[in-house]
Amino acid sequence: MKNKNQLSRDRILYLRKIKRDNVLVWTMRFALLIIIVGVWEVLATFNIIDSFISSSPSRIAKTIKELFVENNLLKHIGVTMYETVVGFLIAVILGYFIALLLWWSERIRRILEPYIVVLNSLPKIALGPIIIVWFGSGSKAIIFMAVLIGIIVAIMTMLNGFLSTDKNKILLLKSMGANKIQILIKLVIPGSLPTLISMLKISVGMAWVGSIMGEYLVSRAGLGYLIVYGGQVFKLDLVMASTVVLCVLATFMYAMVALLERFIIKFKMK
Amino acid sequence: MNKLLELRNVTLKYQTPNDEITAIENLSFNCNDGDFVSLIGPSGCGKTTVLSLLAGLITPSSGSILFDGERLSKSNDNLGYMLQKDHLFPWRTIEKNVFLPLEIKKINTQENREYAISLLEKYGLKEFKKRYPDQLSGGMRQRAALIRTLSSKPKLLLLDEPFSALDYQTRLSVCDDVYRIIKAERKTAVLVTHDISEAISMSDKIIVLTNRPAQVKSILYPKLVGDSPLSRRESKEFGTWFEKVWKELH
Repeated sequence: MKNKNQLSRDRILYLRKIKRDNVLVWTMRFALLIIIVGVWEVLATFNIIDSFISSSPSRIAKTIKELFVENNLLKHIGVTMYETVVGFLIAVILGYFIALLLWWSERIRRILEPYIVVLNSLPKIALGPIIIVWFGSGSKAIIFMAVLIGIIVAIMTMLNGFLSTDKNKILLLKSMGANKIQILIKLVIPGSLPTLISMLKISVGMAWVGSIMGEYLVSRAGLGYLIVYGGQVFKLDLVMASTVVLCVLATFMYAMVALLERFIIKFKMK
Repeated sequence: MNKLLELRNVTLKYQTPNDEITAIENLSFNCNDGDFVSLIGPSGCGKTTVLSLLAGLITPSSGSILFDGERLSKSNDNLGYMLQKDHLFPWRTIEKNVFLPLEIKKINTQENREYAISLLEKYGLKEFKKRYPDQLSGGMRQRAALIRTLSSKPKLLLLDEPFSALDYQTRLSVCDDVYRIIKAERKTAVLVTHDISEAISMSDKIIVLTNRPAQVKSILYPKLVGDSPLSRRESKEFGTWFEKVWKELH
């Protein structure tokens, strides 16, 4: 084999092309952001668009700074993050175990199937008034909403993953005399790890939908509250600023899950 | 010779919502210790079902299966099952895959692990024991699957078309490998196949089955010169035997 220092000409060209492509993609990503922000700002500055309605990047930046100093932005972020993370964890953990139960017993699965179908197709926000009456107007109600929205998808994704375990691999384990717990531990759980990771990614999004929707319905704090409040008093700067903060947080949380994925793969292939 | 396996009038019926199907009817045959027996028959005749019966995965509707003179029980530790594909678990190293039957049967002792490792070393997978299955070729993977089957020291191996997922070249050499290993370890084997050449080149005894419900149509004892499937394929009598089995099947 050739030494690393003696790469062929074609190889060098190929590697250079990949690197150039990457640089181009990243440059264009930033360029696009700058263009959008720039055009928006220019249009607002020259009053081509009404910045009272559409706000503008500079006003958003100013609002975020004000929020940070005067209105305790960190508290709002903290409240929303708390609701989202707790909702996410409950939905994911509970969903995983319910999916396990449904995998374990075909009878329970058949009995509960119509209920799951109905719960899945029901728009969960319709349950808003009931949730308010039952849980009041605090974080509890919002977490419940986040769990409700996330758990069905978590259950269905995981159950599909468990059920798609290779029948012949199960047969193989049975021929070794494996019982159901052994099949579960040795095969079904490790085999469905990729499904677990994609379930976590979907559930992060679902948890945000749930917590923000919950805050729209009932709340006195949080980013969803700021957005709704801003809309009601027609402060579009506040709405836009909160949305930007939300974007950053949601991306951050998704990145955490992606990091977890990389960690799991690395651990597995150690 | 000692009868390791004995089927007496085994019948298997199974139920579907629409019908009751008789898959096997009055099937009787023996398998001696150290034999290599092939079951061959038209497709869909229930060959694999016979293996599932032998593996204790299903129980016959009537008749009996004797293993070493005793009725076959559900958790028979003396059986090793090998399927069409290797079914090595991709998240386990080759070594860990080979230990799997030891873990399942709760005999994961230092001694048994060393035995499994010694098999890997003996059959050319020493350098690959810390690798993952997707880093091995198809032939090596199938060899690893056989060693996994052997690691719990079964007396009887059940082979369900173990070469059919491989391409022709690999198939011939893996067939040779598997035969060599089974003979070296002095194991008894029952092979299910639809490939006549494979059956003739490997077996001491060929059991030809009828269409469903499966019954024994005839039993042949191919006697070929050569000590490996490949050399047997080259022997003069191979063609004659091929014709004989072909006629039995049609």
